[in-house]
Amino acid sequence: MSAVPDNRALATAEPSAVAAFTPRPPVLRNNALMDALFRNLTRFFAFAVFSLLAAILVSLVVGSMPAIRKFGPGFLASAQWDPVQENFGALVPIYGTVLTSAIALAIAIPVSFGISVFLTELSPVWLRRPLGTAIEMLAAIPSIIYGMWGLFVFAPVFQDHVEPFLADTLGKVPGLAILFSGPPMGIGMLAAGIILAVMVIPFITAVMRDVFELVPAMLKESAYGLGSTTWEVVRSVVLPYTKVGVIGGIMLGLGRALGETMAVTFVIGNAHEFSASLFMPGNSIASALANEFNEAVGEVYTSALIELGLILFLITTVVLAASKLLLIRLARAEGTRT
Amino acid sequence: MAIASADNPAYKRRRRTNAVMMTLSAMALAFGLFWLAWILGELLWEAGAALRPSIFVRMTPPPGSDGGLANAIFGSMLMSGAGVAIGTPFGVLAGTYLAEYGKRGWLAPATRFINDVLLSAPSIVIGLFVYSVYVTRAKHFSGWAGALALAIIVVPVVVRTTDDMLKLVPNSLREAAVALGCPTWKMITMVSYRAARAGIVTGVLLAVARIAGETAPLLFTALNNQFWSADLDRPMANLPVVIFQFAMSPYEDWHRLAWGGAALITLFVLGLNIAARLFFRRK
Repeated sequence: MSAVPDNRALATAEPSAVAAFTPRPPVLRNNALMDALFRNLTRFFAFAVFSLLAAILVSLVVGSMPAIRKFGPGFLASAQWDPVQENFGALVPIYGTVLTSAIALAIAIPVSFGISVFLTELSPVWLRRPLGTAIEMLAAIPSIIYGMWGLFVFAPVFQDHVEPFLADTLGKVPGLAILFSGPPMGIGMLAAGIILAVMVIPFITAVMRDVFELVPAMLKESAYGLGSTTWEVVRSVVLPYTKVGVIGGIMLGLGRALGETMAVTFVIGNAHEFSASLFMPGNSIASALANEFNEAVGEVYTSALIELGLILFLITTVVLAASKLLLIRLARAEGTRT
Repeated sequence: MAIASADNPAYKRRRRTNAVMMTLSAMALAFGLFWLAWILGELLWEAGAALRPSIFVRMTPPPGSDGGLANAIFGSMLMSGAGVAIGTPFGVLAGTYLAEYGKRGWLAPATRFINDVLLSAPSIVIGLFVYSVYVTRAKHFSGWAGALALAIIVVPVVVRTTDDMLKLVPNSLREAAVALGCPTWKMITMVSYRAARAGIVTGVLLAVARIAGETAPLLFTALNNQFWSADLDRPMANLPVVIFQFAMSPYEDWHRLAWGGAALITLFVLGLNIAARLFFRRK
């Protein structure tokens, strides 16, 4: 993109060719100096951004050293969380994080797909921008607002109407019964998952819309010309063409859902225990950190929490990196195809 | 033409599938808009009762009594301002390297990749990072630590928009400047920056909107403060953490203040988002 003509070469080489006859004018000397300064200044900051990820990683590893030394890899497999005995394990928060994110994706993927199809294929052109902006606004609402609204507004409605309904329908299906059993409490894993879904819908939708718009109009028009319906075009032309990007968008949503803190903290219920039922309160890595970090006493407790943060950071980094790689792959394929 | 006729069963089935799918698609959009309307509607409804002038004047109250959010609003403004002031030059310069110098070498593509990961990194981990590198050294929570955490969230946003916007500047502009004998640094500062200014400013506005409601990174850095404080070296009140604390409390008065704060932040963030879009589109 940025074919910047290398001006440094000009500024330095040209005067030196005639240096034997005329001394280099001070203005040019200044320019060469300024060029080197500016270039290295920007490079320094770029390098700082580059090292930030590693710096975060190193600081978290150092911070969690006492816990790593005390619990070893068993930390990942233990469901203990006992601040009094200073015995900690990460299994419950990891389970909660993964489960709530899975619920979120199960809802957000089809919805985001539907919204993207509507905005790219169905919507009248003049409505696209306002509708698209409205969906993007879901991403702009701060997560603490989702949390507060979830606790005061959503959870009571959920408890009185949605959970009893789910228990009466899905709770009667053999095999699913265990997931939808127990008293309706409003807050819990399912409520957290649903609110997370609303929060990641705009992110997944944004990527899906972008990649759907990459599909060459000629391909779509050819399919329409053969008599395809809109749905057939989406399924047999748009989706195969953008498969990689769609998965990249889903991974981006997953990365967001895994690390979401405040909204989950309000509605998940913060209970350090396993329960098979989705109605029951649980815990996620981020909500455990938000709730307990400031109250944590003692080196082991603090560093166990930091180790939780380290685990979260590693998981999200891998997921987000995978998402980015997939999107780069789609962009590159796009480059060779056209 | 029997094949294409309207009562061919295969054709009917395909039409039906299409109608079902497109209805589902429209319902998905309605589903998304439903949540937006519900959240904003509820927020405005609650805000009607909570937003009184006293909220901007009085301090955060002790448990169970009435008061305002003045110190929290001020603290949030101070820390967000400091965060943006630190993060913006940092991000703009790094973004400049990516777009203007980054054609050769490994640093620019690698940084671009890492920046995109940082853009979505969990903000609570940023809070932990600042806690371990700053708060544990300084041995106390402070406004500076909060500002630093917010700055780290600002940087990836600004890097990304600066990079994107500079890449949109046509190369002919750069070539024209260089052909006139302009050195590279002058070409970037006088030509590229000016051409990309609207985009870069938009990026900064979006970054402000992003950090205005950030709670998680402030929990372990700025903490909170019940009183008015302008000293960035001390724990500092801020809207998001006050909302968190008040909403989680059992007191009715605190809940009302939390709704007021929530409405303030949301209106500010959504307003800024829309303003940034309008500003960018006009340019």
